[in-house]
Amino acid sequence: MRSVLTNELTKTFRKWRSSISFLALGAVVPLVHLAFWWQRDRFLDIYARGLTQDFLIFGNLLNTYFVTSFLMNSLWIHIPFLITLGAGDQLAGEATGGTLRILLTRPASRTKIVVAKYTTALVYSLALVLFLVGLSLLVGLAFLGTGPLLVPGRNIVILSAADAPARIALAAVLAVWAMWTVASLAFLLSSLVDNAIGPIVGTMAVIIVLLVVSTMPVDLFAEVRPYLFTTYMNVWQQALRQPISWEEIVRSVSILGGYSVGFFVTAWYIFARKDILS
Amino acid sequence: MQSQENARETVTHGADERAAESSVPVLETRGLGKRFGRRWAVRDLSLKVYPGEVFGFLGPNGAGKSTTIRMILSLVRPTTGEVLLFGKPLRTHRGEVLARAGGLVERADFYLYLTARKNLEIVTSLRGGVPREAIDEVLDVVGLLGRADEKVKTYSHGMKQRLGIAQALLGSPEFIVLDEPTSGLDPQGIKEVRELISRLRSERAMTVFLSSHLLHEIEQTATAMAIINAGTVVAQGPVTELLRSPVVRLHLEASPGEAAERLLRSEPQVTDVHREDARLECTVPVELIPRLNSRLVEAGIAVHSLVPRRSLEEFFLSITEGASEIVPTGRRRPRSGQNGAPR
Repeated sequence: MRSVLTNELTKTFRKWRSSISFLALGAVVPLVHLAFWWQRDRFLDIYARGLTQDFLIFGNLLNTYFVTSFLMNSLWIHIPFLITLGAGDQLAGEATGGTLRILLTRPASRTKIVVAKYTTALVYSLALVLFLVGLSLLVGLAFLGTGPLLVPGRNIVILSAADAPARIALAAVLAVWAMWTVASLAFLLSSLVDNAIGPIVGTMAVIIVLLVVSTMPVDLFAEVRPYLFTTYMNVWQQALRQPISWEEIVRSVSILGGYSVGFFVTAWYIFARKDILS
Repeated sequence: MQSQENARETVTHGADERAAESSVPVLETRGLGKRFGRRWAVRDLSLKVYPGEVFGFLGPNGAGKSTTIRMILSLVRPTTGEVLLFGKPLRTHRGEVLARAGGLVERADFYLYLTARKNLEIVTSLRGGVPREAIDEVLDVVGLLGRADEKVKTYSHGMKQRLGIAQALLGSPEFIVLDEPTSGLDPQGIKEVRELISRLRSERAMTVFLSSHLLHEIEQTATAMAIINAGTVVAQGPVTELLRSPVVRLHLEASPGEAAERLLRSEPQVTDVHREDARLECTVPVELIPRLNSRLVEAGIAVHSLVPRRSLEEFFLSITEGASEIVPTGRRRPRSGQNGAPR
């Protein structure tokens, strides 16, 4: 199993398409930090909503933690898109390339191959989120330094500089968990078709539609909202609330986990019985 | 069945268990069928391939060859029947029996952005791993060792095809399945692949299942064969036996041509007569040829040449043309003198 997994990881991470995802993040993260550094007063005014005019705040509010949490908003659409590039390619990409014929005529069972590929999709998602957060923290430390973590929202929250690293770390872990559900959906769609474009477009279409239903304040959607995984994709934001609602986190994590398992088991069931005609 | 017996005798297994298996077909399909929607791609297909044979699986494009091969290598689940490899059902002993087999299904596709060696390493990881020397050995066999560390995207079609055969040979399988391995190759490439197949049989005592739509390829390479058309086997047996067809296509040159044609058409056992000036063609039973020659001479017709063609090509064409006459209910239209298997 280990050698199969190692080879799946090699295949995924040596692909030019995978490199594009990391290169895109590698370009966007420093640019955003640079923009915040360049116009720090303007951004501070927008996000702190004049807080600094009414209150005396000690410390640097526009710091690496703030910009990192700002960048994590890309977890709604941008990061899921990059994740589908890798996860959606796992099975359908092999079908497109004709290499499934080589993989599946070997003694290794389809279950072993599916597990290795799913694990690769999860590792790829993990790597993308950690790369985003890690790179942002590193670049931010160089440009903006540390300080209390300003969390904009309906109620503005300021977390102490001592608490901020742990909160960002928890947010990153929860973000990975949410992105695994996205990866699982892309993996499921990847098991259904023989063209890698299908799962990428399909996953994004599903996410966009469900996000609209999950986030639009319309009573019509209120009934279905608790059943959609997109409703819980912002679970990482729970890590930045004061106080942290562990109950809410556990609920969101459980529902996202349930979806991930459901998507994977369905993908495995389909793929294990699929006729390989590509 | 003489050549099958001979082929079996040429195989020498090291282990006693293997020796005991020599009478067991390496591959057996029993009533194998596959339906896609309402269309049967393969129907009631029963084959036996014995150790040491190069088994030709011949059929026109779309006959069901690739679907059959996909079922043999577990890519496609049969709708009916079963596949046995080394005497064991593929469905229940998949890992065990595929560890003793290798295959190349249709075009040889690889991870183009990886080197040939890395591609083969990926294949070996799915076999439970084989030593690095084994990879070098199979690359050497197909003549690619010198370019093993180049990315596959730099390879020509012929080189990819040879790499496809190399991956099928990894792990020293006793049985390899090659689906149209010479497809798209230039004459030199075709010659090399044919020689390689012959070497695999003679030097490694390997059983080879070779599909092709090219008659002469099977004729030159195989020891036993089956002909498939419209998803059904229409003939099966040793190549030499199949060639011993009781009916041949006779090509003759005689003058005057009109008189020769009239005489041929007067013979009830002579069929399908065609004439172009002094060149004539007809289908005749082998035993009739001497009498036909005498009658032509006695009638004052000058016979310049008389060539009975027994080649598999004539046989293949006659069989597949007949077999394509499938009536809508799925039953083959009965033809006089043909029961689906040649004598």
